[in-house]
Amino acid sequence: MPEMLLASVKLEHVLILGGWLFAIGLFLALSKRNAIGILMGVELMLNAVNVTLLAFSRFVVSPRPLDGQVFAVFVITVAAAEAAVALALAVAVYRHRQTVNIDEIDLLRW
Amino acid sequence: MINDTGIVVAFWVLAVTTVGCALMVVAVRELIHAVLFLALSFVGVAGIYIVLSADFVAVVQVLIYAGAVAVLMTFAVMLTPAADRRNSETGFWLPAAVLAGLVLVVIVFVAYDTSWNLSGRAAFPATAASLGEAFLKPYVVPFEVASVLLMTAMVGAIVLTKEEEGDDA
Amino acid sequence: MNALLLTLITKHWYDIRDLSNLSAKIQQLIADAGGPHWLIYVVSGLLGAGGIVAFVGGVAIINIWVERRVVGRMQSRLGPNRAGPFGLLQPVADAIKLMQKEVLQPKTAYGLIFTVAPIMFTVPGIFLMAVLPWGRNMTLANLDVGVLFLLAASSLGALAVFLAGYSSNNKYSLFGSMRVIAMLVSYEIPIVLALLGVVLFAGTMNLGDIVLFQEKYRVLMVLLQPLPFLIYFIAISAELNRTPADIAEAESEIVGGFHTEYSGMKFGLFYAAELINAVVVSGIIATMFLGGWWAYKLDEIVPGWMIYIGKIYTVYFLFVWTRGTLPRFRIDQLLAFAWKWLTPMAIFNIVLVAAEVLVWDETGWSAGFMIPAFVVVNNVFAVATVFAFMRLLMPKFERFPTGLRYYSTIDVPSLPAATPADTARTGVQAV
Repeated sequence: MPEMLLASVKLEHVLILGGWLFAIGLFLALSKRNAIGILMGVELMLNAVNVTLLAFSRFVVSPRPLDGQVFAVFVITVAAAEAAVALALAVAVYRHRQTVNIDEIDLLRW
Repeated sequence: MINDTGIVVAFWVLAVTTVGCALMVVAVRELIHAVLFLALSFVGVAGIYIVLSADFVAVVQVLIYAGAVAVLMTFAVMLTPAADRRNSETGFWLPAAVLAGLVLVVIVFVAYDTSWNLSGRAAFPATAASLGEAFLKPYVVPFEVASVLLMTAMVGAIVLTKEEEGDDA
Repeated sequence: MNALLLTLITKHWYDIRDLSNLSAKIQQLIADAGGPHWLIYVVSGLLGAGGIVAFVGGVAIINIWVERRVVGRMQSRLGPNRAGPFGLLQPVADAIKLMQKEVLQPKTAYGLIFTVAPIMFTVPGIFLMAVLPWGRNMTLANLDVGVLFLLAASSLGALAVFLAGYSSNNKYSLFGSMRVIAMLVSYEIPIVLALLGVVLFAGTMNLGDIVLFQEKYRVLMVLLQPLPFLIYFIAISAELNRTPADIAEAESEIVGGFHTEYSGMKFGLFYAAELINAVVVSGIIATMFLGGWWAYKLDEIVPGWMIYIGKIYTVYFLFVWTRGTLPRFRIDQLLAFAWKWLTPMAIFNIVLVAAEVLVWDETGWSAGFMIPAFVVVNNVFAVATVFAFMRLLMPKFERFPTGLRYYSTIDVPSLPAATPADTARTGVQAV
């Protein structure tokens, strides 16, 4: 088994790595109590998606193989913008309710 | 398929490190430690990008994710001092774990079951110049839209966190 | 013995002059002896890393003396002169003192981060030296995205500073690190834009190729791009937390800023990391603006890396000169300077450089005509921009100022001595 693993890096290996990161990010996003913990899960999921995109760009037949990398850069950009807005939201909610625990933020308006 | 021994060893070391750090984000009991492990996993993912011959995207990942998003999260933790700092789960963690496990199983199955249209291409040469051309020739519209999006996000973040109109002059 | 040394040097001058020939010989030796393929990479990597670590160690020792003695002489006082002739053993005394001090750690501090933060601050500075070209073939990691790598590593250092202040659980440390983060983030933009001007001209982000560009057209980039040199110099001395921009560690203002609670060798690590960062940044300036290891054919007589180290210490002397001369600025003055002065100047410079490169590519005139033309145009532009900004933005000098015009609005949340979370974590009760 170790020789099989050490022989080469195939597309399947990278996809499984992306799958692991996505699953861990999904668990974080669904089960953490803190709003910042949820955001951490979302960022991990976006990283997993980037890994998958770059793996396809590297290994799969394509007329323009660099498109995967372009897409990955756009995903990074959008993820950074979304992280900024999400954290601003968390801080704004904290100002009113003194908590970022999502179990306690359960009223639509107060 | 990458056959170079050094790169294969590097890939496995980086993969184990990244997944390990992601699991530590789940497991540690302090929020600020979790943010640090997340920053470490970002750097590990940047290493994976280099294995996949995407050097420009790797450096952009370190610059933006580990350098800015991690700092943002630390800022958010700092600006919420009376909030709960324990990294605990809600009551619904078991269904979430089951769902995440199912997603992982499906991805592994699809990865091994599909017959991919593999090309035996060698690694890319330096990608920065070709990416620059791609951003300005075929993908110029998404590029400009992304800059508008960033400006909107900046304005939005500032508006959301501005203090009330109390006179603090 | 001397004759032996002389013949050794003259026979192997080619090896010493450009140490990459030495490493190429070792690689050839390994390949001839039938060693495995990866061993060559490991050996050359270790050689380069060993050289860099040796240089870093020497720098950390020498620069302590340079800072204190030279600044002292500039301020018309003697500086250290008791620890050896001309105070040359002062760094040794400092190191021994720091090593034998007790390393105190507050009970409510976040222990793991408190210990890791100084290390996180030092490491990016050291591994930035891997991309600097020390000779014609003497780069440890000849990255094609070298310039971006520099920026990425400096943002990692910013995270470390913030974590140091935050993990101390101390109001003054938090205040200091918030100021530092605001400053570091603001000054990253002029740094990127200034380096972008150089990258646009050279057409590549590879640091070795930037030096080769300067060699090919026989012009130092500082003559071609004076305004980015100024902008980069000022902005990077703010990023390094050096006077005049060292509000992060202003001993007279906020006790110690983000390293208030650090003592003993942890503080020594912060101190050494700042000196190492200063030398790395001097190396970057020497590569991108002053020609690196190339100096108008001088590198055929003197080894390239000696020229490079000479240039590094010239730029470092400029940093020390600024430190010894200027007083410290206020945080709002610094932030206004970054956003209102440096960023617009850098943006105008980018527009001009892009136009110049376009003109050069489209018309295809010879470099012998275009380069001097660009030198003249860029220098005139630099002087004109600085004067225009001064005329438009500088407030009138008031002999007796009335009223507060500049107001710092950085707000720090008030921290109790130990929040309930801290009590749950460490058992220390709130006062």
